[in-house]
Amino acid sequence: MAKKDAPPRWDRKMQQRLARGEAAALGELYDRFASLVHGLAHRVLGDERAADGITREVFAHVWEHPDAYDPKQGPLRTWVASLTHRLAVQRLRATETAALAEAGPGSAEATEELERRVRHASVAARADYIVQAMPAPLRAALELAYFQRRDYRQTAADLGVTEDEARRRLRLGLQLLSTAHDSAAPGAPPEYGGAA
Amino acid sequence: MSGENVFPPPEDGGNEEDMKRDEEKDEEKDEKRDERRRQERPPEEGGATASGDDGDGDAPSGPGGTPPAREPGRPPRIPLPRASVEDSGLPLPPAEPAGPGPLTLEHPVLKSLLGAWALAACSAEETAAVEEHLGDCGACADEARRLREAVGLLQRPESLDLDPGLRTRVLDGCLNRRPPRIPVPVWAASYDAETARLDALLQDFGDAEWHAPVRLRWFRGEGATSRRTTVAGVIAHLLAVDGLVALALGLDDPLAPFTTGDRPGGNGEANGTNETNEADETHKGHGRDGATGSGGTVDTPARRTESFWAGSHFPPTRSVRGPWREQTHALVRTVSFTGGGPGTMPVSYGGFELPLRDAMLDRAFECWVHAEDIAEAVDYPYAPPAARHLHGMIDLAARMLPETLAARRRAGLATPSRTRHLVTAGRPGRSLRLEIEGSGGGEWLIPLDSPGAVGSADHEVAHVALDDVEFCRLAAGHVSPEEAAAGQLGDREAIRDVLFAAASLSRM
Repeated sequence: MAKKDAPPRWDRKMQQRLARGEAAALGELYDRFASLVHGLAHRVLGDERAADGITREVFAHVWEHPDAYDPKQGPLRTWVASLTHRLAVQRLRATETAALAEAGPGSAEATEELERRVRHASVAARADYIVQAMPAPLRAALELAYFQRRDYRQTAADLGVTEDEARRRLRLGLQLLSTAHDSAAPGAPPEYGGAA
Repeated sequence: MSGENVFPPPEDGGNEEDMKRDEEKDEEKDEKRDERRRQERPPEEGGATASGDDGDGDAPSGPGGTPPAREPGRPPRIPLPRASVEDSGLPLPPAEPAGPGPLTLEHPVLKSLLGAWALAACSAEETAAVEEHLGDCGACADEARRLREAVGLLQRPESLDLDPGLRTRVLDGCLNRRPPRIPVPVWAASYDAETARLDALLQDFGDAEWHAPVRLRWFRGEGATSRRTTVAGVIAHLLAVDGLVALALGLDDPLAPFTTGDRPGGNGEANGTNETNEADETHKGHGRDGATGSGGTVDTPARRTESFWAGSHFPPTRSVRGPWREQTHALVRTVSFTGGGPGTMPVSYGGFELPLRDAMLDRAFECWVHAEDIAEAVDYPYAPPAARHLHGMIDLAARMLPETLAARRRAGLATPSRTRHLVTAGRPGRSLRLEIEGSGGGEWLIPLDSPGAVGSADHEVAHVALDDVEFCRLAAGHVSPEEAAAGQLGDREAIRDVLFAAASLSRM
């Protein structure tokens, strides 16, 4: 969809309109980002209602603090994704910790297991985001090769590019995706300046 | 503030840059960037030691060097090729028989195959050659492992079917916490909600759904009529008719490209191929037929639709969604600022006018009705609007009934009643009690003999009771007046006239 690659101008105007208190802008913001927000929250929390709750929190935060987003720092989409990620991981940690406490005095293994789950959820959500945010040609190549099980020659033909180019796209796409594993900082949720 | 781009996290300088660029640039720039990468890449691909993203690989792997044979007992350095994702931790099986004579490929080629290999998207010979190579080249083996793990991260996107009610809950929650300085007017809320619901329905549609046949049905004069189109054609219809409101608000007319002789479209994929001009002459006249006003093409909904359909050379495609959605957003945004005060221009529908606020209700109603047509065509469930929105739509229909009754009488379609009883404007007249049941319902007294009269309980001659959604189907022309499940009491002619008038509120 063309919307995905909208220029930052849209981000700036949206920020101004939100700051101005324009309810119609809030609706448009929701229409553009709700499935991103809900999808990421769901990937982290694995629960529909919890994802609904995070979606409410994210949009309320943006609406109440429109100035927290600085268009110079990057795209609104990234910012919204970061915010979602942070809130979802917080919620996951909180619910899991509560469940642990209920089960009795926490063992070291249980705590470790919790951290492992948090990290796993975090990486999965980040991977989703990377796939959505990568250039469309790379995403299309991965889609063909992975989900449709086309080999790289068929992928090249489907995309109308050389086989060389198809190989390059598949490799680059996976390289980007592999960064989801990095900096899944053990312990802390990803830092998120200026949001709270 | 500095931590804002931690998502996605950078791995190293090179990739961080990739991500930022990927975020910010459109495809064209990506292509340029890709071009540049291609130019940057050769040295890296030529010699493994030059690469920065291959980990600490320092294995000897000179370009073109003949790899030494793998030691027999050596454990595999990398996970399996993907037979299924779950397999990725298991030990390497014996290499697939690579046919007569192993394929000899040079290091740069093998390296370029790593992505395809990790996705199990190479030929058997290439797979064997890559795996042979991985036993000897540490850098490639490291990258192979990383890419293979990355494949495990590819997941089907989560279902995009958001609960449509969530939008209202989220927005209401926000607006309670911080009241808006520029609210969306109450009378535009149903349009906002219905267009969002329809857009959500369209979200996951593939080509099959976009081209699924739909029969638009409405009621004209004495009977039902219909027109065949597709799902995309329905969205084009909504875009064209919503354009009447856009025109009244001084926004761009989505039909302008069709009536000024410009190339039609500007809205997507059909453009590349619409070089034939045969259809051109016929439809252009069409759009001008009913041109009124200064510059704009105010016309009837049906003519606008036909003109839009004819103007695109090819049947509408999914590319119509973007322009439709943009216009719906623009309408909601604009009415938030201009409001629907006395100074606002009424919206002309060709034959008649509606005040802006009623036109927005009308468009919300149409949006729902056609969303149901679409949902039915692709066999999806679709719920009626929220009660308060439904109520507003029914109220609009009830308010339009007296005028419609009068018009039908003039056209000889309604009973020129023997008992007709004209009263001075503003006085109570003979009335029908319209009782609508259901959460969007209520009661309305419809003056029967003149739009100028006021409905009156004292002069009630008939009583009709219908379910809210049933009444809307009637008013949409989807149920015939004879078949509408209506409880009836009193003057049969009055009841018949009102039910037929309700049906004739429908149009294309």
